[in-house]
Amino acid sequence: MADGPGPQTSKELEEFRSETRAWLEANCPALMRTPMGEDDAVWGGRDWKPKHPEQKQWLDAMASKGWTVPTWPTEYGGGGLSPQENTILQDELRRIKARPALMSFGIWMFGPVLLEYGNEAQKKKYLPQIARGEIRWCQGYSEPGAGSDLAGLQTKCEDKGDHYLINGQKVWTSYANEADWIFCLVRTDTKVKHEGISFILFDMTSPGVETRPIKLISGASPFCETFFTDVKVPKENLVGKLNGGWEIAKRLLMYERTSISAGGFGGGAGALPIEEIAKHYVGVEDGKLEDRDLRARIAAHKMYDKAFALTVRRAQEMAKAGDNVSHMASMFKVAAATMNQEKTELIVEAMGNRALGWSGDGFTKGEILAPRAMLRAKGNSIEGGTTEVNLNVVAKRVLGLRDHQ
Amino acid sequence: MFTLTEEHDMLRDAARAFVQEKMPTAHLRAVRESKPDGFDRALWKEMSDLGWAGILIPEEHGGAALGYVGMGLVLEECGRTLAPSPLHSTALVGASALILGGTAAQKAEWLPKIAAGEAVVALAIDESAHHAPEKIKLDAKGRALTGEKKYVADGHVADLLIVAARDGGAVTLFLVPARADGVTITPLKTLDSRGAADIAFNGAKAEPLGGPELVDQVLDRARIGLAAEMLGQATQAFETTSEYLKTRTQFGQLIGSFQALQHRAAKMFVELELTRSCVLAALAALDENRNDVAEHASLAKARAGETLHLVSNEMVQMHGGIGMTDAADPGLYLKRARVAEALYGSASYHRDRYAALNNF
Ligand SMILES: Cc1cc2nc3c(=O)[nH]c(=O)nc-3n(C[C@H](O)[C@H](O)[C@H](O)COP(=O)(O)OP(=O)(O)OC[C@H]3O[C@@H](n4cnc5c(N)ncnc54)[C@H](O)[C@@H]3O)c2cc1C
Repeated sequence: MADGPGPQTSKELEEFRSETRAWLEANCPALMRTPMGEDDAVWGGRDWKPKHPEQKQWLDAMASKGWTVPTWPTEYGGGGLSPQENTILQDELRRIKARPALMSFGIWMFGPVLLEYGNEAQKKKYLPQIARGEIRWCQGYSEPGAGSDLAGLQTKCEDKGDHYLINGQKVWTSYANEADWIFCLVRTDTKVKHEGISFILFDMTSPGVETRPIKLISGASPFCETFFTDVKVPKENLVGKLNGGWEIAKRLLMYERTSISAGGFGGGAGALPIEEIAKHYVGVEDGKLEDRDLRARIAAHKMYDKAFALTVRRAQEMAKAGDNVSHMASMFKVAAATMNQEKTELIVEAMGNRALGWSGDGFTKGEILAPRAMLRAKGNSIEGGTTEVNLNVVAKRVLGLRDHQ
Repeated sequence: MFTLTEEHDMLRDAARAFVQEKMPTAHLRAVRESKPDGFDRALWKEMSDLGWAGILIPEEHGGAALGYVGMGLVLEECGRTLAPSPLHSTALVGASALILGGTAAQKAEWLPKIAAGEAVVALAIDESAHHAPEKIKLDAKGRALTGEKKYVADGHVADLLIVAARDGGAVTLFLVPARADGVTITPLKTLDSRGAADIAFNGAKAEPLGGPELVDQVLDRARIGLAAEMLGQATQAFETTSEYLKTRTQFGQLIGSFQALQHRAAKMFVELELTRSCVLAALAALDENRNDVAEHASLAKARAGETLHLVSNEMVQMHGGIGMTDAADPGLYLKRARVAEALYGSASYHRDRYAALNNF
């Protein structure tokens, strides 16, 4: 469809909408239209065991259309949809409250850069597996000594003639213990900084890879310390040029930041709007929340939220019109993190002492989730580049402000 | 108002030495894993032997009578390491209620036990998700309590409950042994690992304690004491964070060299200094028996809440990824902060009360 020449007529788009609606009606199982908790998310991968058969059914149906990655080319497992068609598909998915068929670092971050920087063989091999949810990827960027200063990474990658040999350590690697493959930044030249980094892929079952889960303050263990000891990697797994990884790394970060802000952040207590939660726990007087101070702060938050949504839409329209909006990724990331932190804090405050539980029968499920969501959200201004680092990007690249000389 | 006596200095130094040695944050972690009570009874005995459980209690009842400033200093030191114990609920709130409102017989029965660390006392106030003493409904007709209390701090380990209730007219306090008939205690597993309880009363026999004025007097003492503990938490959270800014390197330099962080650290310092003044002034107002205690209490609790909220968030953020791990301390401070912020009235509650006390 996207391959067709010229922009689509509104009649064509209307047809696409009615076909899509009918297809979703027939193919999205009822259970997949109900709200989901964090542990209902489908990440796919070799070891994935569906909690419900409907999850697999929904994933397979969407993958058969290429709609887990609607805008990717069909030859790589995508749907080949035009941006307009994709907007319609997303509208229709929202309309029936469909759960995402597949969550994936492959879809959000790695796939888009591989489309741009990968060779044909790499695209043919990896992209369809991502689209079908067969292989789950993790992101090997941060190291103990290289967080904000990512380019300071030290994980060593040596050319051994017919293969590369990798030694070093990554940290905060989300879901490394559940992922099948890793896209990884490694040092291939120690004499220079940014110009000595390469972007490489390998199987997490390779000998010499070890992961140790780290527990988060919210109680879950989604990220790991990841160790590499003499890991042998085939030469064809290098993406782009040797020592050319930094450009790819930054591009991927842009996709990561955009996807974080577009999809919002995970976090359990968000099913009900804050004001409904507040009405329940705080009480209402003359139609107004009894705590006027909290009421004003909830209103301010909702306005920020609205301003954010409007700005996302404006950026989408600008992007369609061909404007360069890449600088917006950092801006959106900062705003989205602020927003999610504010939201989860306001929910905790509105719930009062009912949001101070950790486990056990004294609290409802929603009450137990609220403080954990608030705690998890603290990571939003750290993961994918901290708020400080993203503000530095805006100050330098967008505003042209220079460093202290 | 802000000058400490030699006696106070000694008390603070002793408290600091004890807490740092025996109750560092590792102690809270151990309690979290293995002590469902939320504190270690053997250590509470040691603290009582040092005289802390009796800091406010007159000597004739086995206490040391060192006043609220002394109490505040010890609470602040406990706050620094998040040391869990019934010091606040029992030695401050419980002892205050009995000293101010108890009959000779009530004092003689309970104060020596409190001073010896043999009785834990809990104040049962809130009846909904939020602190709202003016809306208390718990029924005390015929000196039999019926109704429910929510999130009673140390309610799960209390021997004696002090319950706010209404016998027709104004709200007053009542004494009920925790194991009396008609009292059902539901322990809560809480965010800060200290525990609390929801408590249901079903015709439980109660003794009146003091008159209607005692409710606010006791609540204001609870608020001021908690503000002192929160000041300790915020101070330590800040110091740990500034230490991190002086040790963590990125981009070939200490992260504390970045002005974006320097200014925020400096701003936190300003907030902490302002909060410290409010807490000390409130403690002094209690010892001096001044008539503006209520205003000082709301000021101290609101300021401590706002400052601790800020510092606990910054502690996580400035530690980066490490701040998000359970193995590091920032999460512990954040969790205790949110509990302390809510107890005895949030900053929002006390801003409103402050305005009301000042007639606007
Ligand atoms: C939940 C979560 C999931 C994550 N998932 C992954 C993952 O899957 N893969 C991966 O590779 N990484 C992942 N990360 C790591 C994340 O990218 C890093 O934590 C982040 O980049 C910060 O690095 P750091 O932790 O070393 O903190 P540091 O860089 O040490 O930062 C400490 C503090 O200093 C500030 N700072 C640093 N430099 C400057 C400066 N120039 N100016 C002003 N302030 C500065 C920071 O903003 C921060 O507040 C994850 C992190 C979290 C919290």
